[in-house]
Amino acid sequence: MSSSAYVQLVDLAKHFGKVKALDGLSLDIAEGELVALLGPSGCGKTTALRALAGLQELDRGSMIVDGKDVTFQNANKRGMGMVFQAYSLFPHMTARENVEYGLKLRAHKTTGDKRKARSAELLELVGLSTHANHYPYQLSGGQQQRVALARALAISPKVLLLDEPLSALDAKVRTQLREEIRRIQMELGTTTLFVTHDQEEALSIADRVGVMRNGQLEQIAAPAELYDRPSTAFVAEFVGLTNPIVGKVSGGSIEILGGVVKTLPGSITSGTGIALVRPESIDVVASASGNATVFSASFLGASCRLSITLSDGARVTAQLPSPDAVGLHAGARVNVSLLDLPVFVKAAG
Amino acid sequence: MKQSMGVRLWRWTIISVVALYLLVPLYAMFDFSTKPFGFADKGRTFRAWKMITEQPDLWPAISRSLITAAIVMALILFLIVPTAIWVHLKLPVLRRPFELLCLLPLAIPAIVIVVGIAPLYRWISINISESPITLAGVYSMLILPYTYRSLSAALDAVDIHTLAEAATTLGATITRVIFGIIMPTIKTGIVNGSFIAIALVLGEYTISNILNFKTFQVVIAQIGRTNGNVAVAVSLASLLFVIFLLLIIPTKKRQGTVLDVDVA
Repeated sequence: MSSSAYVQLVDLAKHFGKVKALDGLSLDIAEGELVALLGPSGCGKTTALRALAGLQELDRGSMIVDGKDVTFQNANKRGMGMVFQAYSLFPHMTARENVEYGLKLRAHKTTGDKRKARSAELLELVGLSTHANHYPYQLSGGQQQRVALARALAISPKVLLLDEPLSALDAKVRTQLREEIRRIQMELGTTTLFVTHDQEEALSIADRVGVMRNGQLEQIAAPAELYDRPSTAFVAEFVGLTNPIVGKVSGGSIEILGGVVKTLPGSITSGTGIALVRPESIDVVASASGNATVFSASFLGASCRLSITLSDGARVTAQLPSPDAVGLHAGARVNVSLLDLPVFVKAAG
Repeated sequence: MKQSMGVRLWRWTIISVVALYLLVPLYAMFDFSTKPFGFADKGRTFRAWKMITEQPDLWPAISRSLITAAIVMALILFLIVPTAIWVHLKLPVLRRPFELLCLLPLAIPAIVIVVGIAPLYRWISINISESPITLAGVYSMLILPYTYRSLSAALDAVDIHTLAEAATTLGATITRVIFGIIMPTIKTGIVNGSFIAIALVLGEYTISNILNFKTFQVVIAQIGRTNGNVAVAVSLASLLFVIFLLLIIPTKKRQGTVLDVDVA
């Protein structure tokens, strides 16, 4: 744990009845960084976020923001900006009034004119300056979340907390808005903690992604590293797709699909193990004397996903760039091999 | 889309029947209040209406009842509404017991409440005030079943937890959250609940009569014993007054359409 971290969560614990929502979670976030917490429902990611916001009391642990211990500080004094999963705009206020609300509560620091200028600036930033006088019921879901984002940013928060803000939106709006969140976050340099169960969302916009399980952090790393070099079987299986393929492990390598590849740190070191192989790590080439048969092919646009039956009857999924998959239709004989990329291997059985 | 003739006819039939059901008694009251009731009267007369102004007890009774209603209204706004919000927000465990408690005045007959509360009001009359305005206390209990139901429905209709948390993270204290965020959000529920309460307070007879307070309804009943025409005229006037109040309820119409377009 570095002492230079802007946000430090140290050994957070919280249980609800018998369920341990947080079980010794520690996490550092650097200033201006966007960290995403990813995990299945009930893994404790939202509890961690709410604890940092001050909306959730903890059993144990401490939280330090900008060198100050905020563990026992009230939520209304913490200066965190939060965007919620549910639509949370105040229904009796216009978009502008919503954005100005936090500033009004700091009336001694902001004059009316400054407030107006600030709300105009933020609505402009989220692309809704023409909707300033609209009430929430006159805005679509995506627009409401943009205003909520502007409202959270208006108070120049120490940390921006995003609690699955996109999950109620449809797919297209979700993609647009997540990119916008990233653009705004980088523009303003706001330290951000983003909670989501959508891995694509987390991997696409975060500087680092933390995968949580049972109230603990399994691994935290840059998106590419998390995907390519998972340190536990849970992370490998949770993030992206994997093919479980049985093979013999020895000397830091595993023998699978007729080839030998290196194993990642954390894998088992000897005996029979299950390699968790990414679909894009499998190379497929058409060959009349091939060792496998294409069972089915799905065209995904830029890439093509093939379900392949191996000679021993096992089935694996491979993903190729579409141009490489031409002619690989159901029933085609193919040769299957592995690209030389390290894989994570878990114990069999 | 144009509606078929049959649908429109059906709709107007229903509206007419309901209107008749509501308006016939009002017309009958008007008819009775303008009937001749003295030897000097010939045909229609508005003497009963003119006599309203000559009733010495009536105007003080009206003002007392209105003041009582205003106090009850204040109790609703500053005691019952914040309590209901608090229970919904912070003590959900107490929701059922609280609901049950609020329903009690409906289950206990007014006469039983009077018998139980009479000694307390004797004490209040001696030690605090003899004014009928003190009835605001027992009235604010009587109106609970109606006001609480209306508030509870309004509170259930919005996600007050998220609104409260959003306001809190922006720096609001719990008082600001309740009065500045949640109360305006459930305004319609509060207004509806308050009007039911006021109608109840202005119409209550049993308790005030038995406790010997001269409220609006008690005075109307007294007038009715001496002159039926005047009593009916007063009743009609008070009904029209309440209808007028209901019509000016500040309900904001939601205009405009949802703009379901997302700009990138």
